[in-house]
Amino acid sequence: MQDFFSMGGYGTYVWASYGLTALVMLALLVSSIRSLKSTEATFARLKQAMAPIENQKEQKTEIPNGDEA
Amino acid sequence: MHRFANPTRFLRIAAVVQPWAMWLTVILFGVGLYMSFFTSPPDYQQGESVRIMYVHVPAAWMGMFCYAAMAIASAVSLIWKHPLADVAGKATAPVGAAFTFLSLVTGSLWGKPMWGTWWVWDARLTSMLILLFLYIGYMALQGAFDDRARGAKASAILALVGAVNLPIIKFSVTWWNSLHQGSSVITMEGPKMDASMLWPLLLMAFAFKTYYVWVLLVRMRQEMTANKVRILRLKQAHGV
Repeated sequence: MQDFFSMGGYGTYVWASYGLTALVMLALLVSSIRSLKSTEATFARLKQAMAPIENQKEQKTEIPNGDEA
Repeated sequence: MHRFANPTRFLRIAAVVQPWAMWLTVILFGVGLYMSFFTSPPDYQQGESVRIMYVHVPAAWMGMFCYAAMAIASAVSLIWKHPLADVAGKATAPVGAAFTFLSLVTGSLWGKPMWGTWWVWDARLTSMLILLFLYIGYMALQGAFDDRARGAKASAILALVGAVNLPIIKFSVTWWNSLHQGSSVITMEGPKMDASMLWPLLLMAFAFKTYYVWVLLVRMRQEMTANKVRILRLKQAHGV
């Protein structure tokens, strides 16, 4: 086990490489997903807020706006 | 409505592909990391430090792959004005920049014990650093104009001009003397690497690629939703 972590004396370099790679890739993934969720929430909120106005405009045709987002 | 026909189809496809990309990423990383650490042997010259290769090389490949994708998207956006092309280019840039950054840093961490230096200003390392600056320039230009269309156009032109750098990176180790080793996987004679090292390297490279697809789809969906929000806000402001 000790041997595994020391990586033949190169442990610092090897683990720093893998650690940083994992950190950067996870951070980018998480921030991308969070940003998508929050934008989708904003979109849903705006759409709901504007629904009465839209309905007034299109009284004859009651098209519920298909939400594919 | 026909303008949204394509993006709608894209969103449908994205919904199918995204879970596949996610699970492939998880599985490929699982197997790839296991092989990188447990089944692949230490190098006869470099010892255990050779394991840095399994993140360094895929990161560098993907740094270049993403740039090529960004340049193609930019060309499509400039020539055909396809709305998805802009979105794809913009969504790719931060991912490619992250890969390029990682290839530089892990290269440094590998260079220190093997070459005795963190950095040298030779052709391979310098052209890779320029790649990072191109990504940063692209992202900066996107946001530099009040008119978003002008920002997209300016950055697309930068991406195309900067594509000249890609062959320079690839052949830098052949054209100039370099501390960096030459190509050992993508060569005219085929891979020069033993299978025990080639397999984990290729698996990790595929893991990086499916990760890119996953993040790309998430970021494109975010960008497209943000565009819809912008349209709604405009409608709201004008009371239309």
